[in-house]
Amino acid sequence: MSSLEQPVLDYTPRARNVAGFVALLRSELLLALRRSADIANPLLFFVTVLALLPLGVGPEPDLLARLAPGMIWVVALLATLLSQESLFRGDFEDGSLEQLALAPQPLYFAVLAKVSVHWLVTGLPLALLSPLLGMMLNLPSGGYLSLFLSLLLGTASLSLIGAVGAALTVGLRRAGLLLALIVMPLYVPVLIFGTGAVQAAVDGYAYGPQLAILAALLAGGTALAPLAAAGAIRISLDN
Amino acid sequence: MAWQWFHRLGSPRWFYQKTSAWMPWLALASLLLIGAGSIWGLGFAPEDAKQGNSYRIIYIHVPAAFLALAGYYIMAISGAIGLIWKMKLSFVVMRAAAPIGAVLTFIALFTGAVWGKPTWGTYWVWDARITSMLILLFLYIGVIALSRAFSREQVADKACALLALVGTVNIPIIYKSVDWWFTLHQPATIKFTEKSSIDPSMFYPLLTMVIGFYCLYAWTLIAHTREKILQREWRTSWVQQLMGGESATESKAG
Repeated sequence: MSSLEQPVLDYTPRARNVAGFVALLRSELLLALRRSADIANPLLFFVTVLALLPLGVGPEPDLLARLAPGMIWVVALLATLLSQESLFRGDFEDGSLEQLALAPQPLYFAVLAKVSVHWLVTGLPLALLSPLLGMMLNLPSGGYLSLFLSLLLGTASLSLIGAVGAALTVGLRRAGLLLALIVMPLYVPVLIFGTGAVQAAVDGYAYGPQLAILAALLAGGTALAPLAAAGAIRISLDN
Repeated sequence: MAWQWFHRLGSPRWFYQKTSAWMPWLALASLLLIGAGSIWGLGFAPEDAKQGNSYRIIYIHVPAAFLALAGYYIMAISGAIGLIWKMKLSFVVMRAAAPIGAVLTFIALFTGAVWGKPTWGTYWVWDARITSMLILLFLYIGVIALSRAFSREQVADKACALLALVGTVNIPIIYKSVDWWFTLHQPATIKFTEKSSIDPSMFYPLLTMVIGFYCLYAWTLIAHTREKILQREWRTSWVQQLMGGESATESKAG
């Protein structure tokens, strides 16, 4: 931390951006780890909703196996979405977001840091947990790896896209449903290629292409979504 | 000098006064074109060899679907102009375009469902185009819902413009991915007729309808924009003059 106490002018712009990014990443991660309920809730939601599925459609193994890729993906998508409403809220309410917007570092890096932490504490655990749920829903074992990998790449894109919606609605009091409404249609490509990868693996085909497209979506999202979210934050701060 | 017209466009007053003269002509053009196109398409165009008379719904379905998509781009581009050049008027156009586009998307979906019943035997199929249109409807609804959530119009304007732009970047990706998804799950029973091989005797009435729908769209968009301009600018002297000075009492209530 001592390096941060030096005058800002000593840094080159790039070093300044990196230092700001790393500092924010560390503090966000610490904050997230100390509020362990925030990490546990999306996971519990994920498990609970998927446990309701057999209760709804019946316990037939074949039927569950057919539904598993799509259901796991849809519920993972919802878990990411629901956890995202609070992405900027705390910082907006206590004024830190305004400070981040005023900071010499571009807001892009601040958004990227927050989204990265969001993914680390929701998307990554969801992906790690998914093979277990695949097993419970009788997903053929050939689909486990593709499920994990597709969720690993896909949830990162979902976090990035959702950040734009979260930034747009941060100034509104009851943003939850509105956030879902504006962000869900944008999730469609990720969902299609995510379930496509799992389905291909289950059917015994190569699923590399789908993962490559998911990675491409993630690359595009990393470049563009934080820019849009930063713009949205500046709009919301005007409110 | 060359940009003068562009900056003038930014003035809601100039736009309001200028468009007053266009409105009757646009209304007349859309009335004539849609009237002629409907009579031509419904009464005189030949029957389809396979689908009989039921195909005639394309004279509403296709223009509505064209404009539903074009309307999203009109909305997003005017939003972008508003964000870049801080132009009040273009935000108003964007806000006016959202509900019109949503209604057109709904019309396209509804006529598609009505057409689907005699052709495919079912109202709804998860076909690539239908699904894309449904997602387009959701995108429109998202913009409308966001615009209603803010209490301050200026913030709502910018937020909606940004969301519309994000949607614009996504639309090609969504269309391609839905296409890909559909080829993966394609049920064998459904086959679209090739749009390019449409006979001229059916194509010309369709073209008339498309142009008519464009005129109607322009008329609706301008009318809606003019109404919103009056709502937003009611404090200004030119609107008060236009309304005959009776708004003096209203201004206290507001």
